[in-house]
Amino acid sequence: MIPRQFLIASGVLLAAVLALGIYAGRMRGRASQISPAVASRQPVAPPVSGPTERVTLYVAVDEPGILRSQGAEIPLPSARQQRAEELLRALLAIYLGKDSPHPLAPGAEVRAVYLVTPGVAIIDLNSAFANGHRSGVLEEELTVASLVQTLVANIPDILRVKILVDGKERETLAGHADLSDFYDTGAVALLVSQLQAVQ
Amino acid sequence: MRLGTILLALLSVATLPAGSADEKKITIYSTTTNFSLPVYDRNNVEYIGLLEVIEPLGRNVNSRTDGQHWKLRFNDVDAEFTAGKSRAKVRGRDIDLPGNFLLESGRGLVPVTSLGTLLPRLLGTLITFNPTSRRLFVGNVATHFTAQLSRSTPPRLVMTFSSPVNPTIATEPGKLRMSFNREPVVAPGTSTLTFDDAAIPSAVFSENNGAAEIAVNGTVALMASFSNDGRTITIAPAPQQVASPSAPAEVPGTASPAPSPSQPSAAAPGVRHFFAVVDASHGGDDRGAALSDKLAEKDVTLSLARRLRQELESRGMATLLLRDSDATLSFDQRAIFTNTAHPMVYIALHAASDGKGVRLYTAMIPAGGENNGPFVAWDTAQIHFLPASQIATQGVAAELARRQILVRTLPGPIRPLNNVIAAAIAVEVAPPGADVMDLNLPAYQQNVVSAVANGLAAVRDRLAVPR
Repeated sequence: MIPRQFLIASGVLLAAVLALGIYAGRMRGRASQISPAVASRQPVAPPVSGPTERVTLYVAVDEPGILRSQGAEIPLPSARQQRAEELLRALLAIYLGKDSPHPLAPGAEVRAVYLVTPGVAIIDLNSAFANGHRSGVLEEELTVASLVQTLVANIPDILRVKILVDGKERETLAGHADLSDFYDTGAVALLVSQLQAVQ
Repeated sequence: MRLGTILLALLSVATLPAGSADEKKITIYSTTTNFSLPVYDRNNVEYIGLLEVIEPLGRNVNSRTDGQHWKLRFNDVDAEFTAGKSRAKVRGRDIDLPGNFLLESGRGLVPVTSLGTLLPRLLGTLITFNPTSRRLFVGNVATHFTAQLSRSTPPRLVMTFSSPVNPTIATEPGKLRMSFNREPVVAPGTSTLTFDDAAIPSAVFSENNGAAEIAVNGTVALMASFSNDGRTITIAPAPQQVASPSAPAEVPGTASPAPSPSQPSAAAPGVRHFFAVVDASHGGDDRGAALSDKLAEKDVTLSLARRLRQELESRGMATLLLRDSDATLSFDQRAIFTNTAHPMVYIALHAASDGKGVRLYTAMIPAGGENNGPFVAWDTAQIHFLPASQIATQGVAAELARRQILVRTLPGPIRPLNNVIAAAIAVEVAPPGADVMDLNLPAYQQNVVSAVANGLAAVRDRLAVPR
């Protein structure tokens, strides 16, 4: 003879298991409807609080294929390395925004900027940036010049810049612009002066 | 079962020694796929994972472990092996392996030398296996070739293959080596071919560690070019050697001579033959930009390159195409081939969907390169030739402008421009208007390459740089 209390407890436990099962199934279905890509497509915005500073961004404009210097007021932290990162994130916010003059792939991001003495900066892009970048000499050159010159114009004493993707060296950005070497900021300045002129 | 196999394979891979560039491997060629697998040494015997060998060759392939027994199914054929035993059962019949069967983390390993007898029974097809070179052919898949020396001036060795090939080409003093890592190229009647020619006396076929190699011996610098969709490889002396036969013999791939002002070139400027290298960028695995759903950059650059060769040659300028088929070439290979050919000008061709007209680029030299005496830093090798490169772009830009083609000149971080020891430019051709498909218009391509050829012809006397 099975005690009555045991039967009641078993029934309650069984009902609880069934209810939890149904709840878990619904939660899983809801979670699967949220695309992780959507979350990662949000551009990383500069911090909204803190004192703002006047900076110069070098913005690529696909039509007519030029680089335009553009003043901006953005909040910047005091640490040199974080300043460099925020500068490039402000630049990317323009490229990832509506009516972008030089669209980048959704999810494109600057993972980090490392300032290494003496005078070396390393920009680490994420793979969405490089893998989704449009392929072409001018398109890629505009991107590289824009990133490097924005850093050089606002962070003093940078002489050479290296671009990595996901922390690793990559041969080209999207088949054309060389990423295997350091960029000499003097050579980039010369390129920028020519990219600023509409021919 | 398939998931289980993958997990077991992952587990077993984790327990195996890490691979290296010199690791032993076996290459398997079949009508469906060609692939290489690592070979493992166990008690001085070479072993291979049997499931990995046959899995790519069938549709219904699985294995399971039952105690010390390992059961394998390939399509409708069953086989059973026992750990530590050399006797196995395939299609219900006993077969003796040349060594014991090993079971490691659920993964069945058999001696490599057993494949010649095991696989015909398992697969029910003809197997040709060379255990020394570890190359295994499933069915009649071999690629044969013939080599014929054309006694033209200069001599040309024409190698014709029964299927398209895409070997890795390397050079060293006295040799041009073609390595076939994925192609089932097999030996001709004899492994050494002799040609009774002073420049190209012989070629030797060899195979080792899952790959085949053809080494062409030469007493002058040799270059290989592809044609006939990769079925024909033509080997000939590098053009500069032809232009100046009195120059000392030099072989591609060796350290490039320094562009030192104290070392004039073999032929003085003005006397030197004009010779151009045209490089259709991208190719093979590298499609370049996707200009449209159907149009790849590599195809447009090849079409432009062929037209440009014709235009240059019609103006009396000898031209070498680095890529005349859908072949994969690395940046370094392009630079090495160019530098060993000693051209007066190198022209890389690109195509783009954005913008209009033509953009001309010269090298953007990276920082840090130092040229000391006869040694040239690879990344800044172009530095002494930059003025000549700029003259070339000016000539071409002027001619494009004269034809009312929109033109722009810029420095560009584009390899291999910075590695080339000659005047070097990159030409990026964009559509004439809004429609990207117009890039493929023969009239537009012809107009652009004709302008490039005219522009170079106009400045040809100013491009020679003493090396």
